[in-house]
Amino acid sequence: MILAADPLLVDGIDLTVALIVLLKAGVAFAMLLVSVMLVIWFERKLISDMQNRIGPAMAGPWGILQTLADGIKLFFKEDLLPTRADRVVFRLAPYLSIIPAFVAFAIIPVGGDFTNGGDGTVSMFGRSTLLQVADPPVGVLFFLALSSIAVYGVMLAGWSSGSKYPLLGSVRASAQMISYEAALGLAIATVFLTSGSLSTHEIVVGQSATTWNVLATGIVPFGIFLIAGTAELNRPPFDLVEAEQELVGGFHTEYSSIRFALFFLSEFMNMITMSAIAVTLFLGGPAGPIVTQRLAWVWPLFWFFLKVMAFLFTFVWLRATLPRFRYDQLMDLGWKVLIPAALGWFLLIATLDTARDLGWPTLPVVVVGVLALWGGAALLSGAVRKARAERLEEAEAHRDERADSTVGHGEA
Amino acid sequence: MEVAVFTLGAVIVLSGGLGVLLARNPVHAALFLVQTLFGVAVLFVLLEATFLAAVQVMVYAGAIVILFLFVIMLLGVDRADDLGIEPIAGQRPMAAVVGVSLAGLLATVLLVAVDGLTGARGGTPLGDAGDNTRRLGEALFTDMVFAVELTAILLTVAVVGAVALARRLSGPMQPLPVVAIAESDDQPTEADDEPAGATGEDS
Repeated sequence: MILAADPLLVDGIDLTVALIVLLKAGVAFAMLLVSVMLVIWFERKLISDMQNRIGPAMAGPWGILQTLADGIKLFFKEDLLPTRADRVVFRLAPYLSIIPAFVAFAIIPVGGDFTNGGDGTVSMFGRSTLLQVADPPVGVLFFLALSSIAVYGVMLAGWSSGSKYPLLGSVRASAQMISYEAALGLAIATVFLTSGSLSTHEIVVGQSATTWNVLATGIVPFGIFLIAGTAELNRPPFDLVEAEQELVGGFHTEYSSIRFALFFLSEFMNMITMSAIAVTLFLGGPAGPIVTQRLAWVWPLFWFFLKVMAFLFTFVWLRATLPRFRYDQLMDLGWKVLIPAALGWFLLIATLDTARDLGWPTLPVVVVGVLALWGGAALLSGAVRKARAERLEEAEAHRDERADSTVGHGEA
Repeated sequence: MEVAVFTLGAVIVLSGGLGVLLARNPVHAALFLVQTLFGVAVLFVLLEATFLAAVQVMVYAGAIVILFLFVIMLLGVDRADDLGIEPIAGQRPMAAVVGVSLAGLLATVLLVAVDGLTGARGGTPLGDAGDNTRRLGEALFTDMVFAVELTAILLTVAVVGAVALARRLSGPMQPLPVVAIAESDDQPTEADDEPAGATGEDS
């Protein structure tokens, strides 16, 4: 069928192969759970440092077992089901959140030697295989598909609670996630263009042969990916979904006990996966110098870990630094800045690619391309400014009519 | 193996389809629709059309049904609707006629097709599965390029039309948040309009 990309699966499937696949899946599953535990601790500890607090300190050395303690406590809490909840959907929603979060990590290459033309295979029990659970030919599209499934978890959780704050939270969340998925997808499309493949493994191999995609695509898509990714994760400064000053707890207000824990887990799992995807797409995945020949297989894992940690740190850092966006600002940024920017950059890269294929001189193509983009941007910003001025005028007239009765109307 | 996967996919699709018809709650119906679309994606994978499978989930399950749900939630029709009223006169008899003729058409196609079955693979194979994204892209942007461009124009027209309609119908006097608009442009505004302290850091 479609599994042929991994050298492990090319020569038919026997027991050893099946066991290796199971082992990889099991290890990925366990590692993901453990790392979620550590990431929650990491985030709490780091943000405490940034806020001049101590943070969790009692459970285990440096409070490292705090998450475990919290998890056990959550397990034994009463599981509440609101009277007005839609019972089936209410129970289903957490799983729609957690399963995509787990599965998405399957396509991440976490290790393997990519230096000196290496193709990242490692040998395991006499078979050569890739250090990733699956390498589907549609690769990153698989991740995008799963992240669009994950929207359901949030949306249905809010709706099925039969309560207004969760509903508001979930409507916000789904609108936000859909809006930023477009920008995210366009940023990723630029990577497809430079790498010429959708498969995560091929993308990593391509980057080790030339330069990392963060440079090859010209930094802009990377920035867009980072911003859109943060919004997709509903993390600060885009955490309107659970803006606690407005919505109590957002979409999971009515959830308790283990169901709440599932949402919590999937949130952090998504954060790890998003970091790992960013590393894979833009920063060469596990690529990095092999420093010692003994235990050489550890180094790619180490570089991968280091890069992912850098992203996790950035996410926490953003949370500690930036105030939350207002809803209209969020939508403005998504639709009027990120999507046009990503689209424009995509066109520019495509033009350069075509020009290279046709042997056109680079400089005039770049100049014309940039000029065309600049013209488009000017048109767009002009339209936005005009629309805003008109809305302002209308609202002004409206306010004059109703005197000061509209003051105090906040966002919806 | 193929038969097993096909059976699984077919069961998912058909039970989802029945669910859409039988569910009393529109949100449940939408969820069954997602199930159906997912089943179709499974069938696509079985046909080695992996790109179509991914796009099926992304576009239909990920965007279109989400929009359905949005409308259902925002319009608050999530409780049972009154089925006594017929919004368009003669809708139901028409639906029956169309339904029966569609069933007849499908049955005819099936009967004709069974006659001609050879068991051989139809069409040219698309190379290995990793290649079919490239093949699809090539087909779309060479042989089919006019159809693609026309569809693109159609969609653009639809979007612009929707925006224009929404703007017209909503009336000139929306109680827009004056504060919000003025501030997002960094223009100075009245001091008394400042939003109530939206600060504070969660633990």
